Amino acid sequence: MRAPVIIFLPCFALWIVPGSAAAADSCVTCHAAVDDAAKGPAALIKNDVHIAHGLSCADCHGGDRTSDDPDVAMNKKKGFKGKPARTTIPKFCSTCHSNPDYMRKYAPRERVDQFELYQTSVHGKRLAGGDTAVATCIDCHSVHDIRAVKDTAAPVYPLRVAETCSRCHSDAQKMAPYKIPTNQFQEYKTSVHWEGLTKRNDLAAPTCASCHGNHGAKPPQVESVSAVCGSCHVLFEQLYEKSVHNAVFSGAGGGGGCMVCHSNHAVHDPSTAMLVGPKAVCSGCHDAGTAPAGTAAQMAAWLDGLDAALKKSETLLASAEKSGMEVSEAQVRLIDGRESLVKARLALHSMKPAEVRVPVEEGMAVAKSTEKAGEFALHEKDVRRMGLAVSVLLIGIAILAIRLLLRRMESGN
Amino acid sequence: MSAAEIKAKTFDWFDERLGLRMARDMLDHKVVPLHPGTAWYYFGGITLFLFGVQMFTGLLLLLYYRPTVAEAFDSVRFIMTRVEFGWLIRSIHSWSANLLIFFAFVHMFSVMFTHAYRRPRELTWLSGIALLGLMLCFGFSGYLLPWNQISYFATKVGTDVAGTTPFAGPMLARLLRGGEDVGAATLTRFFAFHVMILPLLTGGLVGLHLLLVQKAGMSTPKHLPAHDLSHMKFFPNFFLRELMVWYGVLALLGSLAAIFPWELGEKADPFASAPAGIRPEWYFLAQFYTLKLIPSHVWIFEGELIGLAGFGLLALVWVALPFWATTKPDGSGGRARLATGVGIFLVCYLVTFTLLGYFK
Repeated sequence: MRAPVIIFLPCFALWIVPGSAAAADSCVTCHAAVDDAAKGPAALIKNDVHIAHGLSCADCHGGDRTSDDPDVAMNKKKGFKGKPARTTIPKFCSTCHSNPDYMRKYAPRERVDQFELYQTSVHGKRLAGGDTAVATCIDCHSVHDIRAVKDTAAPVYPLRVAETCSRCHSDAQKMAPYKIPTNQFQEYKTSVHWEGLTKRNDLAAPTCASCHGNHGAKPPQVESVSAVCGSCHVLFEQLYEKSVHNAVFSGAGGGGGCMVCHSNHAVHDPSTAMLVGPKAVCSGCHDAGTAPAGTAAQMAAWLDGLDAALKKSETLLASAEKSGMEVSEAQVRLIDGRESLVKARLALHSMKPAEVRVPVEEGMAVAKSTEKAGEFALHEKDVRRMGLAVSVLLIGIAILAIRLLLRRMESGN
Repeated sequence: MSAAEIKAKTFDWFDERLGLRMARDMLDHKVVPLHPGTAWYYFGGITLFLFGVQMFTGLLLLLYYRPTVAEAFDSVRFIMTRVEFGWLIRSIHSWSANLLIFFAFVHMFSVMFTHAYRRPRELTWLSGIALLGLMLCFGFSGYLLPWNQISYFATKVGTDVAGTTPFAGPMLARLLRGGEDVGAATLTRFFAFHVMILPLLTGGLVGLHLLLVQKAGMSTPKHLPAHDLSHMKFFPNFFLRELMVWYGVLALLGSLAAIFPWELGEKADPFASAPAGIRPEWYFLAQFYTLKLIPSHVWIFEGELIGLAGFGLLALVWVALPFWATTKPDGSGGRARLATGVGIFLVCYLVTFTLLGYFK
C-alpha cells in the first residue's frame, strides 16, 4: 500500500511549513500529488462548475478538508462519504439539487425536480431495479469536471447532447441486452433538426432531450408522438389531429403519428416527393390509381406549381434588381406568396384538398402580380437603355455641331 | 420700323436699366490664355455645371420628397417607382453629387499644382476651399435624406466622430442631430441644411468666387507670364468648348444614371443592428479608414482625438497655402516646390486610403 504513504508525504511537508496548511484544500493538495487513479479528480476539478461556485470536494464527499492528515480528512466521523456506489449517484447528487433552499443560493432559476424526473425515466427505473449499466447523472454530466449546461464544452450543451447520448446508445454491445437499435444518432445526423442545430447553430433545433426529455428520458409512445412534434410544430399538430390519418396512424404498429410519414430520428426536409413519385410515403399505404393517391398527386401538383411560379417571379425580380431597377415593393409582395406556400404545405396535414387550394390560389395571385412587376421592370430597363442610347447620340451630334461651328469660326479668323 | 431697329431699341431699353453693353464689352474683352495646361480651366466650369444640375434635379425632387421619419423612405421609393422619370432625376441627383465632389477635388488640385492660388488670388483660393467644404456638407446632409439603413448608420458614425472634436464636440454632435441621437429631429435638420441653408451659402459663395476669378483673370503657370502667351476669346470660343465638355459630362451622367440607377436600400430601422461593413461615402473614406487605423489610445490621448487633430492640422496647412507657399514677385522659387510636395502627398494619401477604406 504505497498510496497512503505517497499521499501522506506532501501532507507532512505542508504540515511542517507553518501557516500554509490551513489555507489549502487538503483533498486537492494530496490527490494532486499521487500518481494513481486517485489523482484524476484533483486534475479535473479546476473546470468544475461547483468549484467555480466556491464549493469543495468535501461539500459532496464529506470529510475535513482542513486537515492534512488523511486519517482525519477522510474519517467517517467527520462525515466522509467517499466514492458513492453507482446505484446511489442520483440520490447523492439530489442531496443538493433537490433542495430548493440550497440551490437558490447558487442557481436560483435552476429546476430542483431532476431526481424526481429521473426516477420516472427508463434509466431511473432500471437503476432502481439494480441495473448499474444504465445512465446516471455522471454519465451525461461527467464527474469532477461537471460544467454548466450553457458552457459550450459541457457534454449536455445543446450542440453536444446527441453525441453524449450516442456514447451509449450507438454502442451495440451496451445496447444488446436491451434489444434496442443503435442507429439513432446516425439517422439523426441526416435530419433537418441536426442540420439546424449544427449548420445554422440554431440552439432551439431539437436534439435527443427535446423529444425524449432529459432527466425523465423515455421514448414517446404512439399516442404522444404528435404531441411531442406538436410542441414545436403547433399548427401542424392541430391539423393532423383533425385529419383522417390521426385515428389510422394511432392504431398502427411500430410507432405512429408524424413519424409514419416523416420518420423519427431521420426527419428529412419535406417535399412533394413524399406525396407522389417513387419515394412517395403515401404509396406505402395507398396504391397508385386509388382515389387517395390521386388526391395526393393533385395536391403535390398544386404545391409544385405554386413553388415554380414563385421561383420564376423571384428570378425575374432578382434579374431586374441586378440591373438596378427598383423592385422592392414586388419583392415584399413575394414574401406573402412564400407565406401562402407555407400555409398550403401546412394545410396539407389536414388531408383536405379544399383547404390546401385556398392558400395555393392566394399564392398564385401573388406570383402572377410579381411576375408582371418583374417583366415590367425588365422592359423598363430596356426602354431606359434605348432612351440612353438616343440621348447619347443626340449629345454626340450636338458636340459635333459645336465642333464644326468652332472650326468654321476659327478658320474664318 | 424695321426688325433691326426694333432689336436695337429693345437692347437700348434693357441696356439703360441693366448695363448690357458693359457686360457685352466685358465678355468681348475676356480672354483665356493658351498654354499646355489650358485644359485644367475646364474643371471649374464642369463643377459649376454639375452644381446647376444639382439645383435643377434637387428642385424637382423637392416636389415629392417628404422630410419625416415616417414618410422619407416611402416618398423616395415613390419618386423612383411611380413618378414619371423620377428614377432618372433621383439617380442623376445622386450621381451628379458624387461627380461634383470629384471634379471639385480635381479643380482644387489643378489650382494647387499650377500654383494658381498665388497673389493676388488668395481670396479666390479661400472661397474655393469654402465651396469644397460646402459641397462635402451637401453630401453629408443629403446622404441621410432617403432615410435608409446605410445612410442612417453612416450618419450615426459621422456625427459620433464630430462629437469627439475637442471642447465643442458634444455641442456639435447635438447641433447636428438636434438631440442625443440620430432621429426625426436630425432628418428635418439635415433637410433644412440641404435645401435652404447650404444652397444660400453656396449661391453667395459661387457668386463671390466667379467675381474674384473675373477680377483677377485666368491664372497662368508661374514660368509662363500671361503677356508672353497667345489667347483665345472667352466668348464664344472658350465657352463653346466648355459647352462641349458639359455635354460630355451630361452624357456620362445620363449613362451612369441609366445603367447604374442609385439604389434605395432598406428603410432605416434604429432598433436593428448596424449593417456589416458600414462606411461613409467615398469622399470621407480616407479619413474614416485613418481613424480606424489609429489605436483607441495613443499615450494619454484618445486615438480619435489624435486623428482629428491631424486632419485639422492638415486642413490648416492646406487652407493657408497661398500664405505660406509664397513665391517671389517674378513668380520663381519660394516654397512653391514644397507646396507641390504637399499636394503630391495629399493626392497619394487620399487615393491610397480611399481605396483601402473601400476594399478592406
